[in-house]
Amino acid sequence: MAWFKRKEANISATEAEKKDTPDGLWSKCEKCGTMLYRRQLVENSHICYKCGYHFRVGSEVYFSILFDNGNYEEFDAGMISKDMLSFVDTKKYSDRIRATIKKTGLNDACRYATGTLNGQPVVIACMDFSFIGGSMGSVMGEKIARGIDKARELKSPFIMISKSGGARMMEATFSLMQMAKTSAKLTQLSEAGLPYFSVLTDPTTGGVTASFAMLGDFNIAEPGALIGFAGPRVIRQTIGKDLPPGFQTSEFVQDHGFLDFIVPRNEMKEKIGNLMSMLK
Amino acid sequence: MAKVVLDFEKPIYSLQAKIDEMRSYHIEGNLDLSTEIDRLEKKVNELRKSIYSNLTRWQRVQLARHPERPYTLDYIYLMFSNFTELHGDRNFGDDKAIVGGFAQMGKQTVMVVGHQKGRDTKSNLMRNFGMPNPEGYRKALRLFKLAEKFNKPVITFIDTPGAFPGLEAEERGQGEAIARNLFEMAKLKVPVICAVIGEGASGGALGIGVGDRLIMMENTWYSVISPESCSSILWHSWDYKEQAAEALKLSAQDLLDQGLIDKIVEEPLGGAHHDPEEAAKNLKKAISDELKSLKKLSQEELVSARIEKYSKMGVYDYL
Ligand SMILES: [Zn+2]
Repeated sequence: MAWFKRKEANISATEAEKKDTPDGLWSKCEKCGTMLYRRQLVENSHICYKCGYHFRVGSEVYFSILFDNGNYEEFDAGMISKDMLSFVDTKKYSDRIRATIKKTGLNDACRYATGTLNGQPVVIACMDFSFIGGSMGSVMGEKIARGIDKARELKSPFIMISKSGGARMMEATFSLMQMAKTSAKLTQLSEAGLPYFSVLTDPTTGGVTASFAMLGDFNIAEPGALIGFAGPRVIRQTIGKDLPPGFQTSEFVQDHGFLDFIVPRNEMKEKIGNLMSMLK
Repeated sequence: MAKVVLDFEKPIYSLQAKIDEMRSYHIEGNLDLSTEIDRLEKKVNELRKSIYSNLTRWQRVQLARHPERPYTLDYIYLMFSNFTELHGDRNFGDDKAIVGGFAQMGKQTVMVVGHQKGRDTKSNLMRNFGMPNPEGYRKALRLFKLAEKFNKPVITFIDTPGAFPGLEAEERGQGEAIARNLFEMAKLKVPVICAVIGEGASGGALGIGVGDRLIMMENTWYSVISPESCSSILWHSWDYKEQAAEALKLSAQDLLDQGLIDKIVEEPLGGAHHDPEEAAKNLKKAISDELKSLKKLSQEELVSARIEKYSKMGVYDYL
């Protein structure tokens, strides 16, 4: 099988563009409404420096935050979905894929890469919510499986950054089976005695929560993220009343015993790096 | 004959009613209608065959949900002897939406675990309509581990509209409970055979569905989402369930074509509820055949073949 390699620049084109336009100089915090100076926001790992709100960011930003000097080598960047079922809802799945690739500049909702974190080799896989809600199809499953194989080959830790609405319906049972596939591959990582850091960011729900995202040796979340199995809308319909405040937030999930700790994005590298060095 | 008649079965039942009526005239009224009765009998049989062999995917979904279909406990009593039900997850409670315990298939002791639906309002409340809470998955895991300890094969029966999407289920970690089972089932050191006997809805089904062999009964479905929910999300309306069922390609034949399952077990004409003994006999035969072939493998071979099987699931392309 062909391994596609590609070196990536540190900052994505869209982000660089934004900086040059007058509109791009300021961003409004989605939570507190403060106008934030964009350069400062980027320096603060896209966290509102007024209220601590974590803006949703993609793989490019996480890679630049976690890999030393933002240097990494990405694998299988050219892997794309195949519409095995000729799935059609209001649109053809194949058209949806093509349009999303064009719109986002990404080829799927997951990327994985190798590099170093505080000088230690590491494999990081990260999702992009902008690609069909970070949904998990065959490509994501295969990339995670190969990321795990890469970690076994390098004898390095595996870091998974989740941000997903769950399984990709347009791949039907194939997408469901990615839950089993990724979990089965994690048994091999575990067997090799390699650490698995699962980072849950806003939002992590559905089949992603019910598989690899909850299986970390360390389950770590960003503050205020939505984390759950069933979506809040479905639960509201089931119980027929409003959900209590704070339900399914990172803090709620930690209180119920399913997260090791919550850490702001700008302290994540230090915290994970520290654990990695203790485990060496 | 089924008491609950589905829309597409109505022509069969109305013709059958006509035949029954004629037969009563034939007997009571001293009228010789035997030629006509024979003719209609032949017709109803042909009608049956043509309707049941041309089912749409949505019609299969309806058959999979037929309220008279055999459920896990029915199959257990029809296929095994000595079933000893084991309760509880040793942590929170006993989830009655999942049942399990040791049983004997001939001389072979097996651990059997399955989703359990109810048949009336009362039993459906007790069984939560076959929708497990986290403690159901954790009970299942406890039983899988017990089977591993005593080196007994695991058989699971899948029949659920989904894991329960409730408030307490989230508090107790529904996602973690399912995830843990996928991880642990992938590396169980004993043969694991999973059979879809009704509905296989999403993670709630998969939570007891990772094994060496995956079997589906003829009139069942298995997918990432139910046709109704798929309709509501992708079409923004509940009215497209038929189209959603077609798009999801969720029937046993579809999944066999997709290479995701190993075998389809034939059901009696009209569905398993028309002859539960026959359905159980076919399922038992399929399971014992698979067990026989799996028993030839060492523990290491078994686990690595299982992981390899799942590693291959998925289709993708390159730019
Ligand atoms: Zn703010």
